[in-house]
Amino acid sequence: MGDPLTQADIDREIADIGAAVAKAVAAGEPEPERVTRDYPPYRSSLLRHPRHPLILTEEAEVELRGPVFGVTDVTDLDRDLTLHHTGEPLGERITVTGRILDRAGRPVRGQLVEVWQANAAGRYAHQRDQHPAPLDPNFTGTGRCLTDDEGRYSFVTIKPGAYPWKNHVNAWRPAHIHFSIFGTAFAQRLVTQMYFPNDPLFPYDPIYNSVTGEAARQRMIARYDHDLSSPEWSLGYRWDIVLDGPSATWMEEGR
Amino acid sequence: MKPTPSQTVGPFFGYALPQAGGGDLAPAGHPDAVVVHGHVYDGAGDPIPDALLEFWQADPAGSLTGKPGSMRRDHVDGSFAGRDGVRFTGFARVATDADGHWALRTLPPGAATPGRPPYISVCVFARGLLQHLYTRVYLEPGTDPLLASLDPGRRATLLATPESPGVYTHDIRLQGDGETVFLDFG
Ligand SMILES: [Fe+3]
Repeated sequence: MGDPLTQADIDREIADIGAAVAKAVAAGEPEPERVTRDYPPYRSSLLRHPRHPLILTEEAEVELRGPVFGVTDVTDLDRDLTLHHTGEPLGERITVTGRILDRAGRPVRGQLVEVWQANAAGRYAHQRDQHPAPLDPNFTGTGRCLTDDEGRYSFVTIKPGAYPWKNHVNAWRPAHIHFSIFGTAFAQRLVTQMYFPNDPLFPYDPIYNSVTGEAARQRMIARYDHDLSSPEWSLGYRWDIVLDGPSATWMEEGR
Repeated sequence: MKPTPSQTVGPFFGYALPQAGGGDLAPAGHPDAVVVHGHVYDGAGDPIPDALLEFWQADPAGSLTGKPGSMRRDHVDGSFAGRDGVRFTGFARVATDADGHWALRTLPPGAATPGRPPYISVCVFARGLLQHLYTRVYLEPGTDPLLASLDPGRRATLLATPESPGVYTHDIRLQGDGETVFLDFG
């Protein structure tokens, strides 16, 4: 055990990895599109990523299909996180909407989208979150909906606060909403985080920077959309999601 | 189109994603139900108490049609209503407990492709894991191109171990000795 890990230590590690990526790109490598599972600045990733390469198999009859969800699995209120208690939650009311597409640009229809997030003060309604910020009795912070025929999802919620997380001294997560999305194939599964534009915490956060390609990081950031804002009511954000997945899910028609 | 990158499920998914009975895929009281259970371990061999496993499989006849109802909500008060106890949906979701242990109660999958050994597809999420991992559990011996391509030590990480009639053990190791085979579908 050495000295406590500081933000400066983490900044240096993030910068070193960034410089290595920039050098590879300058040498003609494509910019990384995906997250890096082995990303040492995020200390919890050290013992939780495989060291063997993934085994490529095209024998995937099960994984090219996936679970189905229906009207029994959601209720009409699930998509409005501000209505889950008797009173109004505190914070900045927002709507978040967008489309879920596959890599061929086709809408992902009738699939389940789940979200969870901290409250406006940056506190999760979870026993293990002991950040000394107030819980909000009118906000749990979980929601779900099914995508429509255009692949659209939509939530009404409260803008989450930033929160500290002990990866290193003075580690703070940029504000984010956790998203879980099902595609039409189990092999298209995605769990990710939606970020808000211009967050000053981006450069300091190892989880955000574990996506080492700048263009790829931008794909995790929602866009403020004034046309989605509602007079005297809420601010609007738009975030489209593209599901990754085997080429079989986007080359072949009719799946 | 370029994919949206993955991020870790984080430590606080517990009140959003898992539900009571999420691992009880077999209809209530079904005589053919089997239990598959085990631990999830990290690269130091320590159990992972904040992992989430999802399972997707064919029904006993080999059908991959699936059915809604894995996450049924109560339309009166919005709470989780549980499965209806009749329909086999093909999908289950289980968080590891404080010991890193999980259990799935299911019906043995049928062969999705005739002549190939059936398997349960598994998707692993965890705090610290920046992108989920896919693996499989084969309950019965058999061979297919994937199993045939692996050396015996690695192949064994995909094969459940019979523990007692109707009960199988199956550990998942994210890293290190006995690291589970994780898959890429191309
Ligand atoms: Fe979070």
